[in-house]
Order: sequence, then structure tokens, then C-alpha cells
Amino acid sequence: VKLWAMPVLLGLLTAAGLAGALVGDGVWDTVAALALAVPVAVGAWHALRRGSGTKG
Amino acid sequence: MTSSAVRRWAWIHKWSSLVCTLFMLLLCLTGLPLIYHHEIVHALGNDAAAEKVASGTPRASLDQVIAAGRAMYPNKIMMYMSQEADEPGIWNLTLGDHPLDPNYKPIAVDAHSARVLAEPAFEGGRFLSLMFHLHVDLYAGLPGKLFLGLMGLLLLVAIVSGVVLYAPFMRKLDFGTVRRSRARRLKWLDLHNLLGIVTLVWALVVGATGMINTWAEPLLKVWQVTEVAEMLRPYQGLAPAPATASVQLAVARAEAAEPGMKVGFVAFPGTPFSSPHHYGVFMRGDSALTARLYRPVLVDAQSGQVTDRRSLPWYLVALLMSQPLHFGDYGGGPMQFLWALFDVATIIVLGSGLYLWAGRARAARTIKADASVEAA
Repeated sequence: VKLWAMPVLLGLLTAAGLAGALVGDGVWDTVAALALAVPVAVGAWHALRRGSGTKG
Repeated sequence: MTSSAVRRWAWIHKWSSLVCTLFMLLLCLTGLPLIYHHEIVHALGNDAAAEKVASGTPRASLDQVIAAGRAMYPNKIMMYMSQEADEPGIWNLTLGDHPLDPNYKPIAVDAHSARVLAEPAFEGGRFLSLMFHLHVDLYAGLPGKLFLGLMGLLLLVAIVSGVVLYAPFMRKLDFGTVRRSRARRLKWLDLHNLLGIVTLVWALVVGATGMINTWAEPLLKVWQVTEVAEMLRPYQGLAPAPATASVQLAVARAEAAEPGMKVGFVAFPGTPFSSPHHYGVFMRGDSALTARLYRPVLVDAQSGQVTDRRSLPWYLVALLMSQPLHFGDYGGGPMQFLWALFDVATIIVLGSGLYLWAGRARAARTIKADASVEAA
């Protein structure tokens, strides 16, 4: 469960962002961009931060 | 997952990726400037600007607009005229030697004065034209498109198999772990897994819609031989007659037939979007969703009467919805920028995948060499 929690969350946010901007303009576009920004930000933060721990 | 299942999925992931990676790198690199197509055309001064008019200024008759364009090339015929939803002051005309002319002439005409504004550079100028062809058809027409579509299919296989492999690789690691202190290969493996999983849904959507876009020509062909053929049944046996009806009148009648919708583009007789006997007047709504879903109204190019109108079949709706989802042009500047960032992340996933494969091949060779030395 823990392994897939984050990927599923980011995937749902991406899907919602892609669909949301299609449905409407204005505030829909803003909310969609925020949803799409989450996976980008999470990816960038983990890829660029210095030093990260392991469990194993 | 059993180790033999992991090996099977790893084999699928390796080969589907290897075959398509270089093409996908090309598509990601050429796609990056295409995201900013409009901005680049504008920066290069290759676009036309409408004349400033007071609000309420009457629009010129479409027949005058067409006449202005045709006066530039008296020997060419009209192929299309279109209007962008956010620039109603300009009509974009394309003229060619025949209805399928790939070397058409684009002409921008002011919608109020019916004066020719500019002859925009073909395909947005030399640089964008190069990017466009490398991205769309490799200068090989329909076979080139279908080939890239096949590469897109392999990308989808690579993405799905990559997700399956994410579990065994990440079982012992926290999400987002990047092991930097150990071997370089481990760092790139972790980055490959991290960026691959965060771009997963975007890459699936852009890959799948890109593949659908490569089928545009065959899908239009299907529409032509089924629905358009059906709409043309009353014309059976009639030779195509010259288009004499007023386009202004044809569009006015189409707009009267579809209240609440406006004309998006007109396809002239003989083009893939019309028939030899008709103007294809493609109407669109004004909401974010309906602006993409054209409704064709066929107007007889001689009598000027509406002869048929219907919704597009599901496969053309799918094609039309695939365009925004592939281009990322439907959510304004922030979405364009995110599209570019996702694109760059995908380039890193592709590059790191290639690096991991090359490293693995080298590692395997070293082991084999050692083994043969020991055997000797």
C-alpha cells in the first residue's frame, strides 16, 4: 500500500489537471495548473535535494 | 512477483524502450519549441496583426475576403479559410494548385477591411517547419507519421512495463529515494524510477494522444468513405461543378442552422473535410469543451443550400480531443510551462534509461570476459 500511495496520488492529480483544463476556462485552468504542478514539484524536489535516506 | 516474471517484464521494458528511445528523444527535443509555437512565430515577426477597429465595425463579406486572397494568386483555388477563436479579426486563407496541395500558400486577410495583411511564413518559418516535420512525419508523409505512431505504441508498452517493474525495484526504498553516495549507476537508476513514476500519467496521455494524431489522415478517409459518401448519395453520377455559391451566404445559412455556434473553418470543395460538391462549414461552440468539437454543416457549393449536418463520429471526436491533450495548448501559459517541464523530465527518463542499458551491457561484458579468463 505504502509503495503505491504516492504514485497513485500523483497520477490522480495529473489526470485531474489534464481533464480539468479541458472542461472550463479561467478558474478551471488555474486549478488544473496547480494540480499538474504537484507531480512536477515532487519530482524536482526529490531529484534535486541533497542526501536522502534508505530503509533497506 | 516471481523472479521469472520480473525477468519477463524487464525483457519487455528493455526492448520496447530500446527500439523507440532515440525517436522519443527526437520527439521530446523537437516538441519543446513546438509547445511555444505561437510565441516563436510572434517573436520572429512571422505572424499577422489585425487592423485596429472601433467596436461595432461591420465585418467584411467573406466573398470579399476570399477575393482579396485570390487576387494574390489568380491561378490557385481556395482550400480552407479559418479563424482562431482568440483572433476573430483575421481570416487565415490557404490557396493551392489543387484541393490537396501540400505546398499551399497561406494568406492572412483582415476580417473587417478585407485587406491582405500578410503572407505568413510557410509552417511558421524555416526553424519551426523543421521542428514540425521532424516531430510529425520525418519528411516521409503518411508512412512517416504511421512509423512515429508505432514508436509511440512502443513507448506506451515501455511505460506500462516500467510501472510493473517499479514495484520490485522500490520495495525496500521510500518514495523519492535517490541513492547518491553509492555507485553512479544506482543514482541514475533511482532518478529514472522517480522521474518515470511522477511523469507516468502525463507521458501515457501525451504518448497515446500523439499516436492517435498520427492516424488523422486514415480516420478522415474512413469518414469520407462512410458518412460523407452517405451524405453525397443524392449527387451520385453528377460531375463536380464549379463552386459558384456565395461563401458569405453559405456560412450565414450554416450559422442559422446551428444556433449558438460560430464558424471555425470552411473547407472548400474537394478537400478531405468536404466533398467535391460542398463547402464544409465547420461550426464550433464557445465553451472550452465545445470549441474543440466541430459540427460540420455541408452546404451545396452551387445552390448555397444546407444539404446535411450531423455530429462527428466518435473516432473524429477522439481525434479532435487528442489534439489539445497532446499539444498542451488549452490551459494558458502555466500549462504550457508545465508541459515543457514534463517534457524535460521525460528527456531525463529516456536518457537515464539509455545510460542504464549501456552500463548494464558493459557490466555484462566485463563479467563474461572475467569468466572466459577463468575458464582458460
